[in-house]
Amino acid sequence: MKMITAYIQPKRLDSVRQVLSEIDINGVSVTEVKGFGRQKGHTELYRGAEFVVEFLPKVKLEIAITDEQVDEVIETICSSCKINGGKIGDGKIFVSSLDQVVRIRTGESGPEAL
Amino acid sequence: MENQILELQYAIDTFYFLVMGALVMWMAAGFSMLEAGLVRSKNTAEILTKNIGLFAIACTMYMIYGYDLMYGGGAFLSGISGQGETYSNASDFYFQVVFVATAMSIVSGAVAERMKLFSFFAFAVIFTTIIYPLEGSWTWGGNDVFGLYNLGDFGFYDFAGSGIVHMAGAAAAIAGVMILGPRKGKYDKDGNSKPILGANLPLATLGTFILWLGWFGFNGGSVLAMASKESADAVAMVFVNTNAAAAGGVIAALVFAKLWFGKADLTMTLNGALAGLVAITAGPDTPSAFVASLIGAVGGVIVVLSIVWFDRKLKIDDPVGAISVHGVVGLWGLLAVPLTNVDVSFSGQIVGALTIFVWVFVASLLVWLALKSLIGIRVSEEEEEDGVDISECGMEAYPEFVTK
Repeated sequence: MKMITAYIQPKRLDSVRQVLSEIDINGVSVTEVKGFGRQKGHTELYRGAEFVVEFLPKVKLEIAITDEQVDEVIETICSSCKINGGKIGDGKIFVSSLDQVVRIRTGESGPEAL
Repeated sequence: MENQILELQYAIDTFYFLVMGALVMWMAAGFSMLEAGLVRSKNTAEILTKNIGLFAIACTMYMIYGYDLMYGGGAFLSGISGQGETYSNASDFYFQVVFVATAMSIVSGAVAERMKLFSFFAFAVIFTTIIYPLEGSWTWGGNDVFGLYNLGDFGFYDFAGSGIVHMAGAAAAIAGVMILGPRKGKYDKDGNSKPILGANLPLATLGTFILWLGWFGFNGGSVLAMASKESADAVAMVFVNTNAAAAGGVIAALVFAKLWFGKADLTMTLNGALAGLVAITAGPDTPSAFVASLIGAVGGVIVVLSIVWFDRKLKIDDPVGAISVHGVVGLWGLLAVPLTNVDVSFSGQIVGALTIFVWVFVASLLVWLALKSLIGIRVSEEEEEDGVDISECGMEAYPEFVTK
């Protein structure tokens, strides 16, 4: 089992939600976060003065899946979150291994609990 | 029959005066919303408390002594009951008192986010009892300046108060900001100006529109009469010119900011409207509507330049731009009068502007310094970081918002 942690542009959340349910993903956790990456924030204007917004808003997705789903999920997130053929700030996907999953209601564990 | 017509005229003039005064009172709401929009959310409840508090202080102190100092009639309004010449005496007080509050409102925005609330109120007491009424007595009151000279002899003219109200408020504000210093984090260690963003631009926009509306009372009411063909014509022209100048200020500030900064800066555009209004206030009675819009447009360009200049070069931290809008453009308004009014001279306007500015600035500086040494005028660094809502009012304006 794998845990996918993806940081994406907030405006793409709805479309990711839609395509993920089309490929049978049963659960996603979403957190609003702020951060910076290579883009290092962006500039805005106030009373004629430019200033840097150091931390940009992003949405963090956490998705627990089976090993077989990994490629498809990554491909799906990439295709729906790439903006105009790919722009700096589109986001990043982290994949980590997941040792155990338990469904509280039934006590099931492992891939059946996903 | 003739007597009845005179009584009707009297009633109409009084009625007109009162309604215009009520419009000016509404400007207090405009200042409150403008300032609440341009400060950070952690300082919102305090700036609102300041605005309603100063309004009440201005009304009370002007009633106790200020009006007597400016126009006579005795302390506590003892001599103003009953009939005036063309309108009720009490209506004159009512119209004048809301102007005092307007002048005082100008100060509150410039010292926002870092001043102790009750030190500000203490200043408000002195400003509305003595500082403003005294310069008002030299101008609209017709008295000699400390018995030395009379501004009337120089041909000084300020129709509704570009100088007497607006520049006076700004002079008190700049003295306060100089003693108070900039907000924490406004300038980095190299002295570069850092923008501190206003929390709520819809409120700032609403405030600007309310001020625009209130200004019809401010300028329109200053005709002082309505019940004759001549005065009705004059009032209509003043309304048209006031509106035209505000529109000119908006367009000029919007286009100038777009050319200079590359974007249509909303806060500059709002200040453009106010600059247009301040610019025409000294002489809305003589220009044509097109000239009025040009006077407003020059004000709109001046205000953009002035805000940037105060902020970056002089390091005067004025969160809402009040010193530029009311002070620098107020001076422009005074100097623009001779362009369309042949009875007014540049020299007279300059003498008047200097007299008002020097008196209000020096007197205010002394009062701010006295307050600083007696009770302190600035909150502690920690209180400033937490926001003065908590330290001064013990409450938040938006308790259910997640703060940054």
